[in-house]
Amino acid sequence: MIVISEPGNAHDCAAWMGRVIEACRDAIATEENRLCDLDRAIGDGDHGTNMRRGLEALASERQRLSAMPFAEAMIAAGTILVMNIGGAAGPLYGTLLLEIGKGLSIDGLEFPQVFQKAVTAVAQRGRSSPGDKTLLDVLYPLSDELTKHTHPQRLAGKVQGFADMTIEMKALRGRASFLGERSVGHMDPGAASCALLAATVCRELTEAGVA
Amino acid sequence: MTGGRENVGIVIVSHSPLVARGAADMVRQMVGDSVPLAWCGGNPAGGLGTDTGAILKAIEEAWSEAGVAIFVDLGGAETNSEMAVEMVDKGRAGRIVICNAPIVEGAVIAAAEASGGASLAKVVATAQELSPT
Ligand SMILES: [Mg+2]
Repeated sequence: MIVISEPGNAHDCAAWMGRVIEACRDAIATEENRLCDLDRAIGDGDHGTNMRRGLEALASERQRLSAMPFAEAMIAAGTILVMNIGGAAGPLYGTLLLEIGKGLSIDGLEFPQVFQKAVTAVAQRGRSSPGDKTLLDVLYPLSDELTKHTHPQRLAGKVQGFADMTIEMKALRGRASFLGERSVGHMDPGAASCALLAATVCRELTEAGVA
Repeated sequence: MTGGRENVGIVIVSHSPLVARGAADMVRQMVGDSVPLAWCGGNPAGGLGTDTGAILKAIEEAWSEAGVAIFVDLGGAETNSEMAVEMVDKGRAGRIVICNAPIVEGAVIAAAEASGGASLAKVVATAQELSPT
């Protein structure tokens, strides 16, 4: 995901993309119940199921996606997530990928800049800011690490820590905000899925020797 | 979905198909067929949630050249409706408004306003008067 926008070899890139999609699908499937439990504590309990449906849809289209240029594939993948997740996470993850795809289509932008702009677009979509106890509390520090060119292997070990930071936060957006102070003490499910997916992508980057 | 094609259309988006359908029934009881009306509720798997594709279809169904006012319940319905509006072709997207109003009361009042031939701006303003701020 980090520098794959300029793949040395289109075939390798396609194979890699297919593997990343499968790895993300598997990671979410394995953690589906934990994500639902986190959402049940402070929301409506469907986050794991919704994410699984989204990732299954993505996985079922991985061949078509892998055959596309990277930027186009990001846009198509974002649309698939929007249409299949079926909760607020759909537009949020969808916007992230759509904006990454659009950003990569702009000449001269490096991936960290593209990612940063995409994260800003997600914040606008959710009308939220870092500290509101959402997936933004993972995306913003992740974006900072990308700007610092942190190695994906190190990043994979760090992202869960970002999600953990949401435990002590009071929710200001989404259904968890209806609980006010009672939302404190629980990890945000969106931050949890975001950390899980980011760690998975970073591990795949490390394995592919991309850095 | 007959007649009244010249009037502003109403779309109802709930996490629950029962809520959406119930609100639509209340609208119909008020205004009959005089406004284009469509509803959707539930996620793509049929559970509670929202479905951007279904919202797009509802907008299509309730489309009027005078525009469409959308009524939503909780956050995901709003965010997914915004996403759907962005996917509608540009010529139409400017004539679709997601209203900041309670879903049932908003839809009923908006439909009553629309049935008299009010503009989209007037329909939206009347519904939004229900919400403080
Ligand atoms: Mg939920």
